[in-house]
Amino acid sequence: MELYLDLFSQPCRSVYMFAKKNNIPFEFKDIALMNGDHHSEAFGRINQLRKVPALRDEDFCLAESIAIMQYMAEKFKTPDFWYPADLQQRARVNEYLSWQHTAIRMNGSKIFWMRLMMPTVYELEVPQEKMDGAIEDLNTSLTLIEEKFIQDKAFIIGDNISLADLVAIVEIMQPLGAGLDIFEGRPKLSAWRDRVVDAIGKDLFDDAHQKILGAEEAIKHLDKSIVQIFKPKVIRLFL
Amino acid sequence: MELYLDLHSQPCRAVFLFARATGIPFKFQLVDLTKGQQYSDEFGKVSVMRKVPVMKDGSFILTESIAILQYLLQKHSSLVPDHWYPSDLQLRARVNEYLSWQHMTIRAQGSKVFLLRAMFPIIMGSEAPKDKMDAAVEELKQSVDLLEQKFLQDKAFLVSDRICVADVVAVVELMQPVATGLDVFEGRPKLVAWRQRVKAELGPKLFDEAHEVILKVSGLSQTLQDSGALDLLRPKFQKMFS
Repeated sequence: MELYLDLFSQPCRSVYMFAKKNNIPFEFKDIALMNGDHHSEAFGRINQLRKVPALRDEDFCLAESIAIMQYMAEKFKTPDFWYPADLQQRARVNEYLSWQHTAIRMNGSKIFWMRLMMPTVYELEVPQEKMDGAIEDLNTSLTLIEEKFIQDKAFIIGDNISLADLVAIVEIMQPLGAGLDIFEGRPKLSAWRDRVVDAIGKDLFDDAHQKILGAEEAIKHLDKSIVQIFKPKVIRLFL
Repeated sequence: MELYLDLHSQPCRAVFLFARATGIPFKFQLVDLTKGQQYSDEFGKVSVMRKVPVMKDGSFILTESIAILQYLLQKHSSLVPDHWYPSDLQLRARVNEYLSWQHMTIRAQGSKVFLLRAMFPIIMGSEAPKDKMDAAVEELKQSVDLLEQKFLQDKAFLVSDRICVADVVAVVELMQPVATGLDVFEGRPKLVAWRQRVKAELGPKLFDEAHEVILKVSGLSQTLQDSGALDLLRPKFQKMFS
């Protein structure tokens, strides 16, 4: 089984950690987004959507991190707590996995792009008003995560970690890659993060996040010319 | 089981159509978005997210249409035929792949086109800027291309030769811009044929019933003004449109 990944990408990190934590054997196929690897002809045959992560299991190709983890959980019979068979517990995981696409995922990505990628790689100035709006939206998502999803529980659905926490943590870590400490002033979120890191295993968590936490440095050495073709799309998406 | 719905909303239509088509009994609780009822104290007790759809099964309250559909599929697995959410590993993965992908593509872009065409003029008092509109329509077009080329291809339905929840989730989103007079199906005979098949499987009367309010969206402006919901919605939309 092959997993096509770039650990700059949040959904790639959750898939990577899930596979490694569960000792699921896979070949790591490196797709460097900032090198435009996802636009190669070869990768187009793996995933027509031209995104990472992507899975290839013999002749079966699959996109979308959530679908990939649901597939791996079922195929490799991972421990029940990741995606519980219980009707209500599973529903709570699904509820988070659905909500997060247009909330924390979108807002955290936007901040990463606005604070780091756009000014540095694309030399685009982000109007302060737009930046403020993006930070406000991110804060709204973080508050909802604390108050509606985690509440007073150890993890999102209860006493045990699940796919919900795995998908949440990688998105929450993204703004940190752009130098924004979203854990500051959020003790509840910080405590939850510590529990998640502990449940995943610190070595694996750090391994998965090394690249994103070094993003500011890595970007300095980037060949910016390669990604200029994406500039119009970046403008359309974020400005 | 109660479903809190407003059929102006695409995810509400998906849940409504699926439950009715498969014979899952429920009580329809209207949350009239055109009257701002999602902001009422009463609805706040049901869901702090202040969105629809919401499901209440006994004391268990669940938001997010995709989660609600998956809950109903699992709970009623003995009633609902397998093809709706196949137990086969790869087919199920394909359904999950669509359900995940669609949030930020078909759903987000179809909604944006709908909002720019139907809501922008009401909120901002003028037509949406051409460049914004063109960009939104182009993004949607690219996603619909992918829907046809990657998901549908030459199959009868998105995942196999039988209907599944992905088809219902897809069709309701595509109908949203259609309601504003933008026919996303135009020039796409394959997609038209698919929509026809989905409608036939769900039941044409049921399909039309689900889409009745959204297809009357031209009257929305007056409804929102009369109910006072316009004042509630204005700041939110102004931020979105700026």
